[in-house]
Amino acid sequence: MTKKIELLVGLFLLAGLLAFLALVYKVANVDVSTSSDTYTLRAEFTNIGGLKVRSPVKVGGVVVGRVSAISLDPEKLEPVVTMTMDKQYDKFPETSSVSVLTSGLLGEQYLGLTPGFMDDGISILKDGDRIDDTHSAMVLEDLIGQFLYSSKDK
Amino acid sequence: MHMIDSITALGARAINLVRGMGQAGIMLWGALVQVPRVKKGTPLLIKQIYVVGVQSMIIVVVSGLFIGMVLALQGYTILVDFGTEQSLGPLVALSLLRELGPVVTALLFAGRAGSALTAELGLMKSTEQLSSLEMMAVDPLRQVIAPRFWAGLISMPLLSLMFVAVGVYGGYLVGVSWKGIDDGAFWSILQAAVEWRQDIVNCLIKSVVFAWVVTWISLYRGYHSTPNPEGISRATTQTVVQSSLAVLALDFLLTALMFG
Repeated sequence: MTKKIELLVGLFLLAGLLAFLALVYKVANVDVSTSSDTYTLRAEFTNIGGLKVRSPVKVGGVVVGRVSAISLDPEKLEPVVTMTMDKQYDKFPETSSVSVLTSGLLGEQYLGLTPGFMDDGISILKDGDRIDDTHSAMVLEDLIGQFLYSSKDK
Repeated sequence: MHMIDSITALGARAINLVRGMGQAGIMLWGALVQVPRVKKGTPLLIKQIYVVGVQSMIIVVVSGLFIGMVLALQGYTILVDFGTEQSLGPLVALSLLRELGPVVTALLFAGRAGSALTAELGLMKSTEQLSSLEMMAVDPLRQVIAPRFWAGLISMPLLSLMFVAVGVYGGYLVGVSWKGIDDGAFWSILQAAVEWRQDIVNCLIKSVVFAWVVTWISLYRGYHSTPNPEGISRATTQTVVQSSLAVLALDFLLTALMFG
């Protein structure tokens, strides 16, 4: 009797562990990759709109990294976005540009990375490098404001 | 004169309430603040995990499956109007992880295991088994209360996790197998929405808090029940009512702290 109870309790604990692992890996999809196979890039914007930490960085729709930190440059007073990039995509030239984009009409905001041209004397982006060519988020109020002013001129 | 009587009655109620909380606190303190005995305690704990955990598993898993399926079905009929039925995954998974998993498991646990704990302890008290233990110089708090408390605290988070995992699978069955949502889209949108810290850790925190409260109330109600049939029946009812109310009130508080 005791053996049977111990067996059932063991199975119960295993089932609990199994449910936990299923939730962590199947539902939350926790990344098991360690920090060793990533590298970081930085970029300065004038406005990041609704970008958040953990927002994806995409090249042509493929997720190549995530936003790991957002802060304000203390002197220039401009947002600085730090991206953690997957090491398997490490061949972006320094002429690449990033822009804050929105997925769909009402979707989340993400960073779109557009690879630039390669030429002699142009190096590949390395860990800690800064991307200079950035395009800020479209802010709806600014767009409406510009539209109103331009229609007034006519 | 009548007014003084009612004020006296109010005071008596307040004193009783505080006294009850004090008794419950002393009981738990006496049961938990002990030097642990691994060799003697483990078999008792395993027996109690079997009683409160393993035996509650069927009802929790079956309820989880059906609640997940019903959520998916109701969600689908609304989402399909907007053409966003692929967001069914996050709807089911987030509502299960954040609220329904811990709360419904705690309510089922109070009804299935909590009431049984109270009735068992009440009967032990009325047949003077607890006093006999003391006569034999065995501390009933240590021998009877502590293993039951730890068993509840270990079992309920595990039951919640099973509830959620089975519920998500139920949602998957209805959404993908029956209603024909794309398999890959269901999982990828679900995985993008659920976060480890925000959702899974908070689910665990909630269910540990609920486990603590429900088991505590059940044990206190049984340990301090009036030792006669009427008293035991009242104690069992109070366990279910008070645990359910405590779980629902605490859930609001925890939700406000975590997501507010």
